[in-house]
Amino acid sequence: MPETEIRIQNLTVGYEGREILSSITVDIPKNQITAIVGPSGCGKTTLLKTINRLIDTSDGATFSGSVQFGGVNILGDHVDVNDLRKQIGFISQTPTPLPMSIYENIAYGPRIHGVQDKATLSSIVERCLRAAGLWDELKSRLSEPATRLSVGQQQRLCLGRALAVEPRVLLCDEPTSALDPISSKHIEDQLAALRKQYTIVLVTHTLRQAKRLADYALFVYFGSLIEHGTADQFFRSPTDSRTRAYLDGIFG
Amino acid sequence: MEMSTLLVVGGLLSIVIVVLVKGAPSLSIAMLTQTSNGGYYLGKEGGILNAILGSLYLAGGATAIALAVSIPTALYLNEYASRSRFAGFTRNSLDLLWSVPSILYGVFGFIIMIYIGLGTSLLGGIIALSLLELPIMIRAMDEVLRSVPQGLREASYSLGATKLETATRTVVKQALPGLLMAVLLALGRALGDAASVLFTTGYTDSLPTSLFQPVASLPLAVFFQLGTPFPEVQQRAYASGFILLVIILSISIASRLLTTRFNRFVIK
Repeated sequence: MPETEIRIQNLTVGYEGREILSSITVDIPKNQITAIVGPSGCGKTTLLKTINRLIDTSDGATFSGSVQFGGVNILGDHVDVNDLRKQIGFISQTPTPLPMSIYENIAYGPRIHGVQDKATLSSIVERCLRAAGLWDELKSRLSEPATRLSVGQQQRLCLGRALAVEPRVLLCDEPTSALDPISSKHIEDQLAALRKQYTIVLVTHTLRQAKRLADYALFVYFGSLIEHGTADQFFRSPTDSRTRAYLDGIFG
Repeated sequence: MEMSTLLVVGGLLSIVIVVLVKGAPSLSIAMLTQTSNGGYYLGKEGGILNAILGSLYLAGGATAIALAVSIPTALYLNEYASRSRFAGFTRNSLDLLWSVPSILYGVFGFIIMIYIGLGTSLLGGIIALSLLELPIMIRAMDEVLRSVPQGLREASYSLGATKLETATRTVVKQALPGLLMAVLLALGRALGDAASVLFTTGYTDSLPTSLFQPVASLPLAVFFQLGTPFPEVQQRAYASGFILLVIILSISIASRLLTTRFNRFVIK
């Protein structure tokens, strides 16, 4: 059993009185890709947004239970959420480039965290664009607005931007759902290459993507964690009938 | 729909044409470069440089003050207290203030001036006009900031940015063209408003020299010149009105050009 990066215990999340997630308990393994599958609207995104406390930005969210990361319960009141989000990167469903140049998009995070030296920033930009597989395409276009990029490039830019603040974990919320097959492949290849250094939690609604990438898999259904296990075991011999039905494409 | 659009454009154009035709005989370089000769009320010669400069100082000063207050207020309403009761109350109050007649701002400004022992002056006018501009600017900015996609804020938060960093480095950048339009809207209103400067600024034939002296302004130049029984002086009122129109038009064009530049980076 590999080392645990995030330990979720009895996590219950409500939103405006409605229960979105109910007592989730699971260990997310370090430096692996954990895929969360399940029908849409069953709480997968909420689970991700709880792990980096992005859920705080929507009023009316309540949570109980604990999420242990780096030795602390990140749901605690005294947690520095900005520092937490620096360590736990997030990539959203639709690409969200910031209203600035390609260079500034990557430099945004490091600048926020106090990097001012131009040479350092430039080397961070190059490293992150390389990691996102964009450097060769974009090295001569760094001052162009990020909106000029194709949607697929924008999503890879967002991946590079997330890497720029040197996170330990990457949360990816259906990162390829808005992309064409070729761009999706790029992102998948990038994620596969990054799994050695980062703990990746990937929410996806395409089972084939989960099968291609996952080392570990979770099935969430109507706010409950139905089943979890290594990808091998999860996809080959699921134990719960609902998981089997979902994997067989009977619903979802 | 075409008819109503035509009616609007036609109506506005006819204003410009009437002002231009009536004022054309008085339009001259001297209008722009000299001060009035013979008094603002009766003078048939000289120019209205005092009113042009006065108006620019008044509107510029008021806009600077209004801007300094509006940006933090609009950011507070959107980024910090967006759905609170206090924000709702503030928005309603501002909507109400938007429709308050400007003469009341003048009267209110006048009361403040009496309190602090200030006579009719450039500063008094700036205070009254900035009060007039505030609700316009804040509400316009508020709407602009509200239209910034939530995803951009989340993207910034996800990188570990604080609320303040997100507001100033991402939200404002995205909203920049709209914010500029809000400033322009308020500036145009201040340039053209006569009632709020009537009591607070006074009027004079000399060029503005100090914050504490009365200054002339274009809307009041129109007002006073139109009030005389002499056709030549009335003609000068139309010419002054035309100059005011041209100033507002050039500011509008300049800001449009600036907006296109800012638009380069905006996420659509």
